[in-house]
Amino acid sequence: MIINKSEIAGLLDNLVKEYRVYAPVQKDGIVTFEQINEGTQAKPGATSKKPPKEILFPQSEELFNYQVDSQGLRMEDKIDDTKSVAFGVRPCDAKSMMLLDNVFHNDEYEDVYYTTRRKNTLIISVGCNQPASTCFCTSVGSSPFDTDGSDVLLTDIGDSYLAEAITEQGKEFLCKLNLPASDDQAKTKAEETKKQAQLTSEVDTTGIKEKLDDMFDHPYWESLYEKCLGCGACTYLCPTCHCFDIADEAKDCAGCRVRNWDSCMFPLFTLHGSGHNPRTSGKERWRQRAMHKFNYFVERYNASACVGCGRCIKNCPVNLDIRQVIADIKAQDTGSEVS
Amino acid sequence: MNKNNPYLPIPMRLVKNFCETEDKLIHTFDLEFVNKEDQENFKYLPGQFAELMVYGQGEAPFGIASSPNEPGILKFSVAKVGVVSKALHLLEEGSTVGVRGPLGNWYPVEDLKGKNIVIIGGGFAFTTLRSTIQYLLDPVRRGDYGDITVVYGARNPGLLLYKEELQEWENRDDINMVTTIDRPAEGWEGRTGFVPAVVEEVAPSAENTVCIICGPPVMIKFTQPVLEKLGFTPEQIIMSLEMRMKCGLGMCGRCNIGSKYVCKDGPVFTLEQLKKLPNEY
Ligand SMILES: Cc1cc2nc3c(=O)[nH]c(=O)nc-3n(C[C@H](O)[C@H](O)[C@H](O)COP(=O)(O)OP(=O)(O)OC[C@H]3O[C@@H](n4cnc5c(N)ncnc54)[C@H](O)[C@@H]3O)c2cc1C
Ligand code: SF4
Ligand code: SF4
Ligand code: FES
Repeated sequence: MIINKSEIAGLLDNLVKEYRVYAPVQKDGIVTFEQINEGTQAKPGATSKKPPKEILFPQSEELFNYQVDSQGLRMEDKIDDTKSVAFGVRPCDAKSMMLLDNVFHNDEYEDVYYTTRRKNTLIISVGCNQPASTCFCTSVGSSPFDTDGSDVLLTDIGDSYLAEAITEQGKEFLCKLNLPASDDQAKTKAEETKKQAQLTSEVDTTGIKEKLDDMFDHPYWESLYEKCLGCGACTYLCPTCHCFDIADEAKDCAGCRVRNWDSCMFPLFTLHGSGHNPRTSGKERWRQRAMHKFNYFVERYNASACVGCGRCIKNCPVNLDIRQVIADIKAQDTGSEVS
Repeated sequence: MNKNNPYLPIPMRLVKNFCETEDKLIHTFDLEFVNKEDQENFKYLPGQFAELMVYGQGEAPFGIASSPNEPGILKFSVAKVGVVSKALHLLEEGSTVGVRGPLGNWYPVEDLKGKNIVIIGGGFAFTTLRSTIQYLLDPVRRGDYGDITVVYGARNPGLLLYKEELQEWENRDDINMVTTIDRPAEGWEGRTGFVPAVVEEVAPSAENTVCIICGPPVMIKFTQPVLEKLGFTPEQIIMSLEMRMKCGLGMCGRCNIGSKYVCKDGPVFTLEQLKKLPNEY
């Protein structure tokens, strides 16, 4: 099916009546995913600085509120089941949501805040005609038109988008929109566009999991972290990072429990009540970040926790480049190689 | 655990707030279920923990010190170190608290059947060991296990937890209860000496025996070589770990050692399992 670019705003205006619609929006000098009220606010085709994971896993959210008084205890949880559409998600970010699904619904527990939003949110992605210089999705098993995690994938073919349904829900959604069918010319154009989308950067990640199996005590970590400021930007802006803190905001006996994004790059993250800290310096924290993405996560969920979006590269104040880290890790001698 | 939402605590009533140690830093709390249904759903085994919540202050993880054969209550012994633990200490009996759990795995009480058991504890980390002892001594299952030896040490007599129960266990003949304090103290007629030395003296042969050890890092560090000398292999040594925790569900990413989350894959591990994990705890 075809969506004319000139009709996008009108289409979103209609969607807003039925769904909560999130789209990339220019706000305070950056592009982020926000709930929109009018189609003209959206900038489909823009890559957000903050990943759209916050649609499912907000940076700060209330889990429940409570009150204890003479009438006893009252508690109310806030589970959000509003039908939503995320319009203009990048394929790497859609894929990251599939990775997060593993975390928030594990073999024992279900995080109903996340899973309820997830079930009620349609993901409409826009492929990347021109990947940025920091993108390396093809090195981590994805691609600029990857369909994993999307319900609908849009391909920019000039004046219009070619819309492909990826899931059943995506198909139903497109049917309801009454869009014109795509002709052969549009289909050919889309195929060409996909072929032409070239990544300018690559890094070989094969065997990195196994390499890291033997690298916990490697001297490489001694120097890697030296210029890191521990600001945590790399983790906050990463679409697959999921660490959070739980805190109470309360006055006397009434209040709410909130969860906020947190970061393994902060020293307090693992500080025990006794004062003991298993990760005292940036060395242990950077090692944790690299290991978690390319070893521990793989061990647990059979996929690396990096989709190659490049946000951590673009936004690191000291230019620590995860691609270089991967290449360096691969080049280290671990003494266990078969020569 | 709330079936629909693992973040929601169940309400419990504080029925006893008891100052356990001479230094007043440890209080033991007995909690009673407010709802019958919650009580039926709260199925746990020794070694598991729960998040205790003080309304208005937050929650923190504590080992469950009661045993499933003490129905109707949950017991916790809490050291005063920060926000939640201080608030707990100040709570009046009759107050409502929140409990989220049971969380984590447990001591492998099924696999221990037919074996001798050595339990080694130090300081105030005796909580889930108390649960274990209560569980093993239950008349319906005492016969399933071999000899039970317990070595429990504290700096001085005033710092021992559960003094009345220790006394009772010492008087029984189906458990070898050895309590020790670091140095002689006035009025103390029991044993003196550090835990590792006492273990070396009283522990049975390692054959068909499993050891559960929980205590401060120094105690563990110096007891391990003693156990090795006695012939215990890493599979025969079971430990319980503590990490900073928030969710207790394997999601918040805070408590991992390598690819394992201590809150969900632990807190109980054999030394053999720990040896395969990075040394970062
Ligand atoms: C599985 C498990 C079982 C446990 N069982 C028991 C038990 O049976 N009994 C028991 O007493 N304890 C137990 N603990 C330890 C207990 O969880 C901690 O002592 C508890 O979380 C402390 O919580 P709090 O709110 O009182 O302290 P917090 O206020 O969270 O912190 C206490 C201390 O930590 C440091 N700290 C924390 N946050 C900060 C910060 N933002 N900035 C600076 N410093 C900070 C400070 O030194 C502070 O005084 C267990 C822990 C685990 C993981
Ligand atoms: S690690 Fe960096 S490149 Fe990989 S997904 Fe996270 S932010 Fe993107
Ligand atoms: S963004 Fe760069 S400086 Fe900041 S914590 Fe990450 S690696 Fe360190
Ligand atoms: S406490 Fe959250 S992952 Fe273990």
